[in-house]
Amino acid sequence: MSELTLTLLRLGLLALLWIFIFSVVGVLRTDIYGTAVSRRGQRKALKQAEKQDRKATSRRTPVPAAGAAGAAGAAGAAGAAATTPEAAARKGRGRGKGSPTTLVVTEGPLTGTSLPLRSGGILIGRNPECALVLDDDYASGRHCRIHPDPSGRDGWVVEDLGSTNGTFMGRDRLTGSRPVEIGTTLRIGKTVLELRG
Amino acid sequence: MTTTVEPLTPRTRRGAELMLLVLAIAIVLLAWVTTDLNRNGTVPANIIPIAGGFTALVLSVHLVLRWKAAYADPVLLPITTVLNGLGLVMIHRLDLARGKLGTDGDAYRQIIWTTLAVVLAIAVLFLLRDHRLLRRYTYVTMAFGFALLLLPLVPGIGRTINGSQIWISIGPMNFQPGEFAKIALAIFFAGYLVQTRDVLSLAGKKVLGFTFPRGRDLGPILVAWVLALLVLVFQKDLGSALLFFGLFVAMLYVATERVSWIAIGLILFAAAVAFALSAFTHFQKRVDLWLDPFSQDNLERSNQLANGLWGMASGGLTGTGLGAGRPYLTSFAESDFIFTSLGEELGLFGSVAIIVLYLIFCERGIRTALGVRDGFGKLLAIGLSFSVAFQLFIVIGGVTRVIPLTGLTTPFMSLGGSSLLANWVIMALLLRISDQARRPMPEIPVGVAADEPAPAEVTQVVRLT
Repeated sequence: MSELTLTLLRLGLLALLWIFIFSVVGVLRTDIYGTAVSRRGQRKALKQAEKQDRKATSRRTPVPAAGAAGAAGAAGAAGAAATTPEAAARKGRGRGKGSPTTLVVTEGPLTGTSLPLRSGGILIGRNPECALVLDDDYASGRHCRIHPDPSGRDGWVVEDLGSTNGTFMGRDRLTGSRPVEIGTTLRIGKTVLELRG
Repeated sequence: MTTTVEPLTPRTRRGAELMLLVLAIAIVLLAWVTTDLNRNGTVPANIIPIAGGFTALVLSVHLVLRWKAAYADPVLLPITTVLNGLGLVMIHRLDLARGKLGTDGDAYRQIIWTTLAVVLAIAVLFLLRDHRLLRRYTYVTMAFGFALLLLPLVPGIGRTINGSQIWISIGPMNFQPGEFAKIALAIFFAGYLVQTRDVLSLAGKKVLGFTFPRGRDLGPILVAWVLALLVLVFQKDLGSALLFFGLFVAMLYVATERVSWIAIGLILFAAAVAFALSAFTHFQKRVDLWLDPFSQDNLERSNQLANGLWGMASGGLTGTGLGAGRPYLTSFAESDFIFTSLGEELGLFGSVAIIVLYLIFCERGIRTALGVRDGFGKLLAIGLSFSVAFQLFIVIGGVTRVIPLTGLTTPFMSLGGSSLLANWVIMALLLRISDQARRPMPEIPVGVAADEPAPAEVTQVVRLT
């Protein structure tokens, strides 16, 4: 066997090893699972930059004051962007009525977390299988569930699953299920949840 | 900080796994052909049956995964295939150098062990449909693990090989039960810590920025320490003792998120090492060899560390080529020193590739732990991948003179049946847990739970299919 062939084989093996490693990394790069956690703040900043761009081109948009007014301004200004769920959400919030699309934690250890409502319903509790896993000593394993109205009407209902310490809507402790709308707040132990459009 | 949590729908990625497997088998075959061309100038005569058998073994695991664990991690099996295959090639290469051919060779035995290991891994995937079932046997595995650990001390079946009493022999078979104790203890620690972690992490005083646990909560870590010390004193095996104690401390840290456990663990381990150094000449010699492997006295006493280092040095960047170096000059070139043997013949590029493959293997284990939704699975996946990573650190660190050399096997590569079987079982367990982690969450049918009484808090949905 010639020296050249052996050298080529030796280097070929090393090259193949590294090609293998890069293919593994390539597979990993597209292998994403679990849940995606994204910061709302970054997106807001992105939106703001976008808004400023827009302002530079056309002066139609009034300068938004702050908070909700800013959201309303964004909704008013962003004609094309209103098709995205986020923009739609901002638009809906001002009106207070309509079908909620997200659940936001406003108080408690998980403050700031939000998750989209799924047509299969979302389970809230301490169990790891829940969609929203609460780190709250007053929450039960399977505490409550938010799902589309089973009677066929448009809208969502919240249902207490026999929790020990109860799910509260305002001052009332829930028994069975009750319809919810945008702006409804629910309290579970130390955690306060709000439904948003 | 405002965050959004959205579930993603994963793909199974079994096709990607098959593609990587083909590449993995190609690497192993190329390595084997290169070895034989370098040694004998011919392509091995029995390449078709053996390569076919190897391919069939690996593909059978792939098919079982498609059938029983469709969402399992796609890269664990290809990486294991490459590592196991390269180990086999190196053992075969050392057989050729020593003139041990055919059924006399170590490679022949190692192929049989590989077959058994694959069968065992498939059995684990078949029988264990949900890793949470293991939690029921928390205390059974504890007893089992401790028994395995202390078995080599039983007179009659315990054997001392190369100065360490970590072997048992039943009939003609020699076995290292410590390799299986590793798995049993990882299961036990996971089950135990998932129950007790609240107590172990909440109470305590704050000193110097660390929250130190209360005195009575120190019990478990002291028990683990005493057990490790027993292994150290009576089996004279620093590597295993370090592995078990490190595994426990790492899992304790992951379970409680408290850095003080690591501090306590390091202090306890330092005390044990100081004691061992003053009490046993065995350890003094090893530290001496580590500090100065090239001195005249040390070369006369044991030259394996120095030989391994010279071997890697002569390999250079791209290696001498498989079959063209002289790794057989090092004693234990096929077990403890297999990494330096491969380092000599594959060079720096090859040995770094091997380390990166191990790194990805352990990273996938930790990713699985992050993805899986139950606490027991998280701790078990962390424990298993940490044990592989730490074992590698101990053995590769030992042969490359980062830490004193203590004999442990290189996972998937070293000659030795017990190690191979145990590591394939670890891989099967990780595959099973990753299947649970990546499987999309079951959608709850609307309106079903409304009529049913809510299940009690302890109930978990265990999917058996």
